[in-house]
Amino acid sequence: MRVELQDIHKAFGQVHANDGISLALEPGRIYGLLGENGAGKSTLMKILSGYQLPTSGTIRLDDHAISFSSPSDALRQGIGMLYQDPLDFPALLAVENFQLAYQDNLLLDLKSGAEQLRTHGARFGFAIDPHAYVDTLTLGERQQAELIRLLSLGAEVLILDEPTTGISAEQKEVLFDTMRHLAHDEQKTIILVSHKLEEVQQLCDEVAVLRRGKLMGTKPVPCPTGDLVRLMFGEEIARTQKQSFNAGECVLKLDNITSCSEELSIEDISLEIREGEVLGLAGLEGSGQQILLQACAGLLPVSNGTVLLDNIPLEGKSSVFSRIPKLAPAVLIVGFAWSLIRLLSQQIMGLHFAGGITISLLLAGLIWLIGTVLAAWSEQSPYHAFQQRGGAYVPAGRLEEGLIAELSLTEHMALAAATHTFIIDWEKHRAEISGRIQQYSIVGRPATLVDELSGGNQQRAMLALLNQPLRLLLLEHPTRGLDVTSANWVWELFQERRREGTAIMFMSSDLDELFEHSDRVAVFSSGAMSRILKTEETSVDELGHLIGGHRLLTD
Amino acid sequence: MSEQTIRRIWPSVPIVTALLFITLLLVAVGAKPLTAYQAFFDGSFGGTDQTLSTLAFWVPLLLCSTGLLVTFTAGLWNIGVEGQMIAGAIGSSAVSLLVAKPNPSIPGWVILPLSIIVAMLCGALWAALAAVLKTRGGIHEIFSGVALNNLAIIATNYLISGPWQPPEGGTFRGTVPFPEQALFPLLGTSRFSPLSLILALIALILVALALRGTFWGLKLKAQGKNLRSAFLLGVASEREAINAMMVCGALAGLAGSVRVLSWFDSLRQSISGGIGFLAILVVLLASIRPLWTLLIGLLFSALLNGGTFVHSRVQLHSSLSGLIQGTLVLLVLLLSDYTRVFRRKETVTEANTGHE
Repeated sequence: MRVELQDIHKAFGQVHANDGISLALEPGRIYGLLGENGAGKSTLMKILSGYQLPTSGTIRLDDHAISFSSPSDALRQGIGMLYQDPLDFPALLAVENFQLAYQDNLLLDLKSGAEQLRTHGARFGFAIDPHAYVDTLTLGERQQAELIRLLSLGAEVLILDEPTTGISAEQKEVLFDTMRHLAHDEQKTIILVSHKLEEVQQLCDEVAVLRRGKLMGTKPVPCPTGDLVRLMFGEEIARTQKQSFNAGECVLKLDNITSCSEELSIEDISLEIREGEVLGLAGLEGSGQQILLQACAGLLPVSNGTVLLDNIPLEGKSSVFSRIPKLAPAVLIVGFAWSLIRLLSQQIMGLHFAGGITISLLLAGLIWLIGTVLAAWSEQSPYHAFQQRGGAYVPAGRLEEGLIAELSLTEHMALAAATHTFIIDWEKHRAEISGRIQQYSIVGRPATLVDELSGGNQQRAMLALLNQPLRLLLLEHPTRGLDVTSANWVWELFQERRREGTAIMFMSSDLDELFEHSDRVAVFSSGAMSRILKTEETSVDELGHLIGGHRLLTD
Repeated sequence: MSEQTIRRIWPSVPIVTALLFITLLLVAVGAKPLTAYQAFFDGSFGGTDQTLSTLAFWVPLLLCSTGLLVTFTAGLWNIGVEGQMIAGAIGSSAVSLLVAKPNPSIPGWVILPLSIIVAMLCGALWAALAAVLKTRGGIHEIFSGVALNNLAIIATNYLISGPWQPPEGGTFRGTVPFPEQALFPLLGTSRFSPLSLILALIALILVALALRGTFWGLKLKAQGKNLRSAFLLGVASEREAINAMMVCGALAGLAGSVRVLSWFDSLRQSISGGIGFLAILVVLLASIRPLWTLLIGLLFSALLNGGTFVHSRVQLHSSLSGLIQGTLVLLVLLLSDYTRVFRRKETVTEANTGHE
């Protein structure tokens, strides 16, 4: 089926997610759709699969202009999408999940359903046990089951959204072989949405690159990776004069640290940042940069190695009380043993056996409870120790993890202030935040609730709440959502902090920003960190290579 | 009307709507609404006895609601307030039976404060258990609250039928009456103790001031609205959660103490009388605002006290008060958030233009 997208526009408020994209896709070919996060890939594919309507523009299938009312309508017309997280029902059997698609039958015929699932599966080289529960299948198998469902319903165009995330190498091979077979032998049109350059090179016949909602160009594959990187991230821009800094004392030192989030782990990371230095972390979203920042801030536990802040290990404060709850099991054992001995020696005085056990249980419980409460009162989390020692961490999610919706700017100021009094001096905080509102040109008043601020102003507010002076500043996407002028202005503020001796480590998906403002850059790819590169000794090409999971050109 | 004004008077809207609805209902069944309301009023505030009875019921309700103001501000659903009240009642009973009874020479001004402190401590510890189960064990406070409520009831039953059983034999009704000096000083022959009301009002004022003007209150408010952001802004969330629960537990414990030492004179099986659950309702109705908590609590105790009087006066079943309560709850749930009523349109358009 020939697919033609003509001048597709999609706007969300002020944001132009798709800006006049025209693309023609021929049957029998595999297309790659490349682009960074927020480039507009997902929006375009949601429009093509009937999930969203375009603001303007037409979709033509085999030269007929059509529009979809829903994803299932799109599937009826031949377009099927495989989502990154499979859209299936974990609590159902594979065959039940498969048969959900055939809703016109009143009675459920599991036998013929299983038969169909098997035959269709065999056709594409997938073996799915029809009577296995969906949640016992691997992610790769669930993906295969979903593909069988789409193909059996007559999908002629298949959209695969980041299909290789989380599946095994063999499953990936099977998937790629099937895709080649479907395209080249069965004349299906296949679109692979990905940001992994290597996979696109491996599988696709042609690749289209999006950046900031616009189609930057198409290239036949194979082509030099550098060309694709340039299309994805833009041309290398002229560097502004970077302020030289006098490397002072070492502020942050990581010594072979290992840490992990739920999805990914980073291992054996070592680095040093000195006063006034800026270290940029590049990489695709979720490659480990965030884990590193959070581990440095004490938000994620470090399972191995040490984080040294000003040459002192970063750790939370525990107290003697933390040990009291551990006494509870001992009390329990002693109590049980005592009751048992008295039972055996037949010298039951006053309390009988059950009573002895009950009392030791109560006693152990009470010790545990009081100990835990005392421990919680006296302990300090590693993150709060980090804050106290002059560290600051600015997360990317503003209203999720930075600011508190329904609280005013003044209230935020009172929370974030360096010193606290039991009775809040509202006048003082109001004066303080008024000054900062002016300094950071936030459009709002001290009494404005933060959720009433626009995104850019929320970002400014988060930066305005940082205290002076800071030793270490950790930033996630410091200028995301800001226009160019505001972004430059934010960086001027950071430069000022640098001069005061603050060390800065930030992550960004904007290569220009990384180049312009970092002294050194480290690139993350699937949890592995590259050698740290001096910015003036590297290039967009090299970073793109590293981001895509290749090794250094010079290695 | 400005948004500020609407926000301030909003809690009265469901109440007025409920009254209108009940009036219509009374008219529909052929009763005279005014007479019925008059009977309600007479039953709750018509005479000294009725008024004192309403007040006596109100005090523990006010104490529990005050405690819940703290936990709700901190974003905690302290369903266990009922159990914390019972824990307090058991604490006071223990002091009365084990200290005051064998030592009649200890004067009331020693034994009563001791009794109150022990009750508050018991309530606070019972609440700390739910808090620690949440912060260290990951058990939601609603589930542990329900479990601990039942445990507290079982403990009461065990004490009544076991160690604290009256000598005349094991009934499931209660312990022997406590000695006079262990009880709250009561007003006349009523069950109302002015001292308990003073304590409750002081507690409410202190909590209202703390939530409004102290750093502690601000931390609770921040934590209640966004735990993660509050933590990142420097709030030690575990400590604050435990503190909030313990403050609420202490006040609920005091309420339990008031129940055994003034409403009753002994530990009874149904010592809480559902006041803890009622308090949750009151605070939600009041949208966690102290002044409204005070007024709505008073309205509820008046409703419950007036209900029986309505029956004898106008031949309407006393479940009318239950009906009014039920209507109120439903309407509050419907109209709870004025922003939802006024901003529905806005949210819909927002949802449509959500980002990818």
